[in-house]
Amino acid sequence: MDNRSNESKEAFVSEVRQFVDTEIRPFAARYDKDEALPYSVVEKLGERGYLGCTISKRYGGTEMDMLSIGLLNEELGKACMATKTILTVQGMVATAIEKWGSELQKETWLPKLASGKVIGAFGLSEPNIGSDAAGIETTAYLEDDVYVLNGIKKWITMGEIADVYIIFANCDGSVTSFLVEKNTPGLSVRPIKGLMGMRASMMGEIKIDNCRIPVENIIGSVGTGLSHVGLSCLDYGRYTVAWGCVGLAQACLDSCMKYCIERKQFGKSIQKYQLIQKMITEMIVDIKTARLLCINAGKLREEGDPDSISEIWCAKYKASKVVKSVAEKAVQIFGAAGYCNEHPVERYYRDAAMAEIIEGTSQIHELIISSNAFREYI
Amino acid sequence: MDKKQIVKDFLSKYLRTNDCGDDDDIFASGFVNSLFAMQLVLFLEKKFEIVVEKKDLDVQNFKSLNAITKFLDMKMSDCE
Repeated sequence: MDNRSNESKEAFVSEVRQFVDTEIRPFAARYDKDEALPYSVVEKLGERGYLGCTISKRYGGTEMDMLSIGLLNEELGKACMATKTILTVQGMVATAIEKWGSELQKETWLPKLASGKVIGAFGLSEPNIGSDAAGIETTAYLEDDVYVLNGIKKWITMGEIADVYIIFANCDGSVTSFLVEKNTPGLSVRPIKGLMGMRASMMGEIKIDNCRIPVENIIGSVGTGLSHVGLSCLDYGRYTVAWGCVGLAQACLDSCMKYCIERKQFGKSIQKYQLIQKMITEMIVDIKTARLLCINAGKLREEGDPDSISEIWCAKYKASKVVKSVAEKAVQIFGAAGYCNEHPVERYYRDAAMAEIIEGTSQIHELIISSNAFREYI
Repeated sequence: MDKKQIVKDFLSKYLRTNDCGDDDDIFASGFVNSLFAMQLVLFLEKKFEIVVEKKDLDVQNFKSLNAITKFLDMKMSDCE
């Protein structure tokens, strides 16, 4: 995994941090308030090679190792979880195309995804289908050498501004994935506003009405939409979400450390009080635990280890629990100040609430982690 | 160790059974969960230094121990 030396990793983190400190963090509250991510941010992420972090250099990407990708997501997560979501989604789409796409699809889409000229989105969830992905209601049938797709996709991150979607559809009783361009006749997008947190994630509802999609637009093969394409995408998505949670939790902790030193009650700084110290200790150890799970999962994924999938489940599960717990403590430590949007911890708390929902709920992770473990005892 | 034995050991570990015959359909057997298909891809890529790609995504290539061994022979001869 460690394609970079420790020194170059530190330099990489420093570079990302400098970018985030100047280009993202100062504007995160505005993005949240406006419920919109300006395209200029996408351009900047593309220019720096961050959007192409999973993509091979031969297709214009920066081909980062898994730890670097993790650290990148941690730094973005510290500043703005909504901005971080484009790294996740763009990487999911690129992963699907590079791993399971045709050469033509790779040459057509990967350089544009790497530069940010094209934004991708992952179209799995539907109004009636969340965790039960195998039951998706969007359909695809073959007619005159094209597939005709019908259905509605909902809660699609970056769906509002995406240029190309990976749409999962039921095709003869099994799930198949298709590349669907935004300008396809019959496709329409409705922005979803009013989210509690990660409000600039440009969420959209995609209506697919008799969209005629060429056979060549299939990713993978008929029937492998979930087992291979979807799982590859979600595996990457969970990994980056887990690291984003570590970053957001660290941002909560950093805010609290500063506040606890500055804030005085009963004549002394609140860092002197043992009940505060207990909360800070729990936050520190929880974050370290989540980060170590992420590092371990990234190492296994870098090695292509079959167990990396289940280790990423564990990392995502733990990190999403940790960030909620840490954000809750941060609001408690800040008191009324943390309950008001004058301070970022209010946004952190709302953003953290999403972590246990996206890329598989905590409850689904509880089912799959335990059932996978039980299999080893059969 | 030959390819077939290496794959057999992997299948034994992940399928949690030794009752799977060389031509038994492992996906129809009920031994595998939804995770297994990608675990198998990762294992084959890592262990045999091949790349499983779009054109390989045919259930016939992965349905049994003998099918997987035949697929490996084909992929590895392509690389030579």
